[in-house]
Amino acid sequence: MRVVLADYGAGNLRSVASALARAGAEPSITTDAKAVREAPLAVIAGVGHVESASRGLAATGLDEAIRERVAEGRPMLGICVGMQLLFGESDEGGCGLEILGGPVCRVKATRVPHMGWNNLSVTQPSPLVYGIEGEDVYFAHSYAVEPTDDRVVVAVADHGGRIVAAVQRGAVAGVQFHPERSALAGARVLENVLAWSRSA
Amino acid sequence: MVKKRVIPCLDVAGGRVVKGVNFVDLREMGEPIALATRYSELGADELVFLDITATLEGRGPILDLIERAAAELTIPFTVGGGVTGLDDARSLLRAGADKVAVNRAAFDDPSILTALADEFGSQAVVCAIDARGGEVVTHAGKTPRGRDAVDWAVEAVTRGAGELLVTSIDTDGTRQGYDLPLTRAVAAAVEVPVIASGGAGEARHLAEAFEVGAEAAIIASIVHERPERLPELKAELKEMGWNVRT
Repeated sequence: MRVVLADYGAGNLRSVASALARAGAEPSITTDAKAVREAPLAVIAGVGHVESASRGLAATGLDEAIRERVAEGRPMLGICVGMQLLFGESDEGGCGLEILGGPVCRVKATRVPHMGWNNLSVTQPSPLVYGIEGEDVYFAHSYAVEPTDDRVVVAVADHGGRIVAAVQRGAVAGVQFHPERSALAGARVLENVLAWSRSA
Repeated sequence: MVKKRVIPCLDVAGGRVVKGVNFVDLREMGEPIALATRYSELGADELVFLDITATLEGRGPILDLIERAAAELTIPFTVGGGVTGLDDARSLLRAGADKVAVNRAAFDDPSILTALADEFGSQAVVCAIDARGGEVVTHAGKTPRGRDAVDWAVEAVTRGAGELLVTSIDTDGTRQGYDLPLTRAVAAAVEVPVIASGGAGEARHLAEAFEVGAEAAIIASIVHERPERLPELKAELKEMGWNVRT
């Protein structure tokens, strides 16, 4: 299955591309808006801040391509900052694409960043999180989404309170953790996403 | 709850893993990706690659290694060792390292930490601090810098570091346990995770580091000698009641 990774200048996407390939996809990294709009699955990954990331998306025109594919109901996955970009205003500045409602807030815990392996609790059934209840996945972030509609939340973790770890609404999905760096559980999530995209 | 992390550190010279940090007595231990994959399979939570010859022969071999590690590893990895400045650190992250560890370059010019955090996020920026008797030392412990390590740790975090790798030159290589007073003081002074380094000999030592506030602990020689020691260590930590990934 063809998967495109939106290249908007936010770091190295090779790790995610390789993990998708291991999960059975044919990934490509692209700046082409048409490809991002029309591929069977689009992934937004990347590092850094919502502010610089959303600037990068706007500068490449990929923001519109993503909005259009969401409007047309084609599956997409946001990873880490890519998930935060699905939401609204961020405590660290900038605003996401507001595809899902709610701000991105600084993690309130004794240790920030929330760094390392943490176990997931699945909060409602979703094809995204099949088979990963209780599994450890790798987080590395200081900000986290706080959705206005709790029905989009499909998995959480605990770090000084609830951390929203995975969201899904229709064809839009996001994970705060790094599936490409989460060993077998991460591979399972990517396989889930591919299966979900095929049936979407 | 986030798990306490056990992190093997691999010394790399010319793109190969070597044992020992003495330049005249390097023994090749094998191909870095193969060894890293082995540790990953045995339950390592992360890996650190330390490019111990960086300043001698340039970055070519390690950049090639990072690209392959980024593609093949399924756990996170940090790259450090002899990072000379912002451009150097940036090239390591752009090659695919999840985090870069900056030591002397950050001490000499702390704005590097801020620039890296702005571009890559502070979760990608590790400030490595070496200390002897509580004082910052650089150049592999040879140069005392006249500054309290805790004081520098606090500034490094303010400047943008998202994690601290704190190595005690006093305990490094002793296998008698980490420098607990140093680890405790740094962990109490900052909000970011602290990785204890230097002195691991047995599971009890890692437990002690966690007890004083470290979120993670570096191990080196004890697993390089016998990689199967890694899952044993984690099982022993679990037995002691520590929240580790097994």
